[in-house]
Amino acid sequence: MKVVIMGCGRVGARIASILDHNGHDVSVIDKESRAFRRLAPDFRGQTIIGTGIDEDVLRSAGIEQAQVFIAVTNGDNRNIMAAQVARHVFNVPEVICRIYDPVREDTYRRLGLTTVCPTTTISAIILDHVIGAGENLPHERGEE
Amino acid sequence: MYIIVVGGGKVGYYLTKTLLSEGYEVLLIERNPAKVEAYQEDFGAVVIDGDGAEAATLAAAGAARADVVIAVTGEDEDNLIICQMAKQKFHVGRTIARVNNPKNEHLFRMLGVDVTVSQTNYIRHLIEQAIPKHAFIHLLSLRHEDLAIVDAKISEDSPVAHRSISEIALPPNCIIAAIIRGPHLLVPSGTTEIVPGDDVIAIAHRDYEDELRSLLVA
Repeated sequence: MKVVIMGCGRVGARIASILDHNGHDVSVIDKESRAFRRLAPDFRGQTIIGTGIDEDVLRSAGIEQAQVFIAVTNGDNRNIMAAQVARHVFNVPEVICRIYDPVREDTYRRLGLTTVCPTTTISAIILDHVIGAGENLPHERGEE
Repeated sequence: MYIIVVGGGKVGYYLTKTLLSEGYEVLLIERNPAKVEAYQEDFGAVVIDGDGAEAATLAAAGAARADVVIAVTGEDEDNLIICQMAKQKFHVGRTIARVNNPKNEHLFRMLGVDVTVSQTNYIRHLIEQAIPKHAFIHLLSLRHEDLAIVDAKISEDSPVAHRSISEIALPPNCIIAAIIRGPHLLVPSGTTEIVPGDDVIAIAHRDYEDELRSLLVA
């Protein structure tokens, strides 16, 4: 399976290394070459320096053959934009996008992106330990 | 008319200043508190501090009653998300985005931004008009933001030279509106032959402008 990952931080590097170890064809994009040091030493995939919101960079990462695109830079807007390019320009079947802001996450999930929001996920896990499940959560700022 | 401008760089600053002087109700959202403070001395309370892609900031700015949201930050991804959030969450009627990478103009419009402004493309068009050696000139973008009027100078090696209009397979959403031959303005019909030296004035959908260019001037 061909997978393109944008963002080689802790999460991106870990996903890339594990998928590569499992025999998948992985390309990782990051703005900084030093980010690739986070990859496993035996990583055999492709590394591309650039920004994933540029169609040419995505093309050189092999997005046209990709079954999966994963956007995990630390910028919500960059992840959202790249995910929409992967979905609507390159018709990648599976597009996954990390969004820290719960309101933006909710908005783009409704628009059909597959989204992951670490803020709500991690808060829920911690709250579960502190006060147990089933508590009411307050509304997000900016929610109607 | 209530206009929200997001991004207080040079473009956002002068845009706010101009719109205020023309009597519009304007609010500028800027992320850098030091800039906000300086701008407030200039403009008063119409500048607020915040991230325009965040729903809470847009809500505080009164986006729900805004007629227009204009995103002019230096980052394309921010401008796109600001416009999309304004549309999706606050149902703003008209969103305008500054596009830094000219290739993103088409993408932004596909993703729901109403109007895109690319300085790069704008300057390119000005250069084409100023330098006569260009055979294909973008004369004007119409009020309908997807249409442009172009002028193609036909030379002997143009693919359409010595062919009649009906023989030419134009790209979709393009029409030949007029032909200027010397001092004469010709209203073209199917039998009109295009000859070298003609100026062909066409109306083209922006997505097909490049295709029309290669058809007319090679």
